[in-house]
Amino acid sequence: MNLTLKIWRQKNAKAKGSFVTYKLEGASQEMSFLEMLDYLNTTLIKKGEDPVAFEHDCREGICGTCSLYINGRAHGQDSMSATCELRMSRYKDGDTIVIEPWRAKAFPVIKDLIVDRLAFEKILEAGGFISANAGAAPEANSIPVPREHADKAFDAASCIGCGACVSACKNASAQLFIASKVSQLALLPQGRAEAKSRARNMIAKADELGFGSCTNTGACEVECPKGISLAHIARLNREFLKATL
Amino acid sequence: MSNFLKASIGRKLLVGLSGLFLFSFILVHLTVNLFLLAGQESYNIATHFMTTNPVIQTIEPILAIGFILHIGISVWLTFWNQRARPEKFLKVDQSKSSTWPSRNMFVLGGLIFIFLVIHISNFWYKINFTEIGYIEHGGEMVKDAYTMVATSFSNWWYVVIYVAGAVFLGFHLNHGFQSAFQTIGVSNEIWRKRWTVLGNFLSVLIAAGFSIIALYFLLKTL
Repeated sequence: MNLTLKIWRQKNAKAKGSFVTYKLEGASQEMSFLEMLDYLNTTLIKKGEDPVAFEHDCREGICGTCSLYINGRAHGQDSMSATCELRMSRYKDGDTIVIEPWRAKAFPVIKDLIVDRLAFEKILEAGGFISANAGAAPEANSIPVPREHADKAFDAASCIGCGACVSACKNASAQLFIASKVSQLALLPQGRAEAKSRARNMIAKADELGFGSCTNTGACEVECPKGISLAHIARLNREFLKATL
Repeated sequence: MSNFLKASIGRKLLVGLSGLFLFSFILVHLTVNLFLLAGQESYNIATHFMTTNPVIQTIEPILAIGFILHIGISVWLTFWNQRARPEKFLKVDQSKSSTWPSRNMFVLGGLIFIFLVIHISNFWYKINFTEIGYIEHGGEMVKDAYTMVATSFSNWWYVVIYVAGAVFLGFHLNHGFQSAFQTIGVSNEIWRKRWTVLGNFLSVLIAAGFSIIALYFLLKTL
C-alpha cells in the first residue's frame, strides 16, 4: 500500500519544528503501525536522511513507552489499545496519516515525535507511594481486602503512564493519570493512611507543572489504552475534598 | 482551606457547586414561568409572590454571587487550561471520545451570558424598577407582568432570541449536570450513568419548557 505521511519533525528541544510530508510506497497491511514507521526509517536511512525519532519498547501494549497522536487521536483510532497495538490493516491504500507528538506544556518535545514525560514521575514523587517500609510480601490473608476493592485497585493500577489521557484532553489535564495512582493506593489498607495528603500533593504538583484542569469531557477514558474509568477521577475529587476541607 | 482554593480541583469544585445552585434556580424559574400557560391571574399572583416574598428576596443576592462565582472561575480556568497546551495539534478528532457540549462549555456559557444580559434588561429590570401596569386580582392590586410578557413574545425576533437562549442552556446543562456531580465526587461507574440520563432528561425538559412558553405567546397572536 502507498501512504502519505505528514510527520512532525523537530531536531531537538530548542529547535523549531514543522510537518514534513513523506510518500511511502510498498507498506503492507500486515505491518503494525510502528513497523510501518520502521520501514519509513529504513527508506530514509538508505537515502541518507535522519530517521524519524519515536519511542517504543515492548510493542505489546504493556510498557507505556509508545505515544503518537495519529489523525487527531491519541494512540490512533482504536479504543483500548496503544500505538504499538495498532495495525496497518486499519488503513487503506492512498490514505493520508498525520502523526504528531503528545502536545502539552508539561510534555516538551525532545526530538521529532518523542516528548519528555518526566512530569509524570514528578507527580508520582509528590505522593504516588506509601512512606512506610512495606518489607517482604506478607502472608496473603493477614490483611483482609474486600474483593471489590482489590479489583478496583487493580483496574487503577493498570495505568501504564503513557500520557494518552493528557493528549486526549482538550485541557491537557493529567487528572486520569493522577486519579489512577491515587485510587490504586487509596482503595487498599496500606495506602489508606496517606490518601488525603497524597491527593492534595499530587494535584498541587500537576498544577505547578502546567497541566490543565479537568472539565469531565471523558475523552481520556475513551483514549486510555487500559480503559481506566472516570470513576477514579470522582474518587480523586472526593479524596481532595476530604484533604482540604 | 487555602489549599482548597489554590488548587485547580478546588476552583473547579466551586464551579460545580455554583452550577448546581444555579441549576436549582433554573428549575424554580421554569416552574414560575409555567404559570404563564395557566393564564393572566395565575401568573401575576405568582410573580407578585416571587417579588415580595422575603425568602426569595434574601436568596436574590446569593443568586447573584452564584452567577459571579460560576462565570468568574470558569473564565479563569478556561484561560488556565489554554496555557496547558501552548502548541496545538494540527489535526484533532475528539468527536468519538467526547460530546460536543462537553467541549464547548465556555462558548455555550458565553452565549448564555449574552442572553442573560438581554433577558435581565427585558424582564427582571422592567418588573422591578420601572412602572408597569397594575391589575386587580382578588381585591389586591398587583403588577401586570403577564401582559408585559405577552406583548414581548408577540415579536417573532424576541421569540427567536429566547428559544436560542433556552437551547444553549439545554446544551450547557446536558454536560454540566453530570459533570458537576463528577466534580464534587458524588459519582462512580453506576451513578455517572444515572446522572447522565437524568441530565439528558432535565436539559431537554428545560430547553423545551422555556421555548414552549415563548412559542405559545407567539402562536396566540397569529
